[in-house]
Amino acid sequence: MQPKPTALKILDVVSIIVLAISTYLALFFAPTEQVMGQVQRVFYFHIGTAWVGLLGFVLAAVSGIVYLVTKDMKWDRFEVALVEVSAMFFFLTIVLGSIWARPAWNTWWTWDPRLTTAAVTELIYIAYFMLRAGIEDPEKRARFGAVYTLLGGISAPITFMVIRLFRSIHPVVVGAANANQDKLSMTPDMKTAFFFALFAFTIIFVDFVWHRVRLGALEEKVEQLKLKVSM
Amino acid sequence: MDTPDTSTYMIAGFVISFVTMGIYILSLYLRNRNLNQDMETLEALDEKKK
Repeated sequence: MQPKPTALKILDVVSIIVLAISTYLALFFAPTEQVMGQVQRVFYFHIGTAWVGLLGFVLAAVSGIVYLVTKDMKWDRFEVALVEVSAMFFFLTIVLGSIWARPAWNTWWTWDPRLTTAAVTELIYIAYFMLRAGIEDPEKRARFGAVYTLLGGISAPITFMVIRLFRSIHPVVVGAANANQDKLSMTPDMKTAFFFALFAFTIIFVDFVWHRVRLGALEEKVEQLKLKVSM
Repeated sequence: MDTPDTSTYMIAGFVISFVTMGIYILSLYLRNRNLNQDMETLEALDEKKK
């Protein structure tokens, strides 16, 4: 395998640093929310992971389109990496939301439009890997993956928009639910922790995707070598 | 109004976040290691065939 590029090594270190800073800001810098108490602090990670999760699903759809146009396998590797890392982060979003919901709504889960669309989105991308695993021909697998992520990508904007379109108990964080509310109803320190979490998770996301793309390239090499040896 | 004590949930949230990311990093490392081992074995088999 090719040695790890210096830029990736630097990104690994930066990722650890920004994660540490984001944790500090969420735990100690941001003030305690008076109604919900300490549990509100998980909100910063909840939003950070949701942002990269949904962004990754949309980018995977874009990768799928580029693959269908160019037929270059590197776009398939990129798409797989984006879906895998995004699915991991989006799983965290759902779990953190559930942890927050228990003291806030007195239940771990409710079939609210946002929670339902989020769960459906996650299941769509878990199914992506199960279905891909059932196709042996790499080109057919890549073509299937591209079309699947293209259709699956629609679920990301739906999940984001659903609380703005339907009645939901999930709070609207970005953009006010109505004209009388503030765009971001947070104190300045809360906003600092919030925006830094978005930045930190974006860096960590890029780092993970890069590692996963490299792993995909290695998988492809091993697959080709297996074919060569078996012939 | 008294602020409720929800610190247990907060700790659970952060612990799960770090554990999930840790498991993912471990899975990347293990898959990478296994693929490198496969690569070495396959290259040795390929050499023998020649």
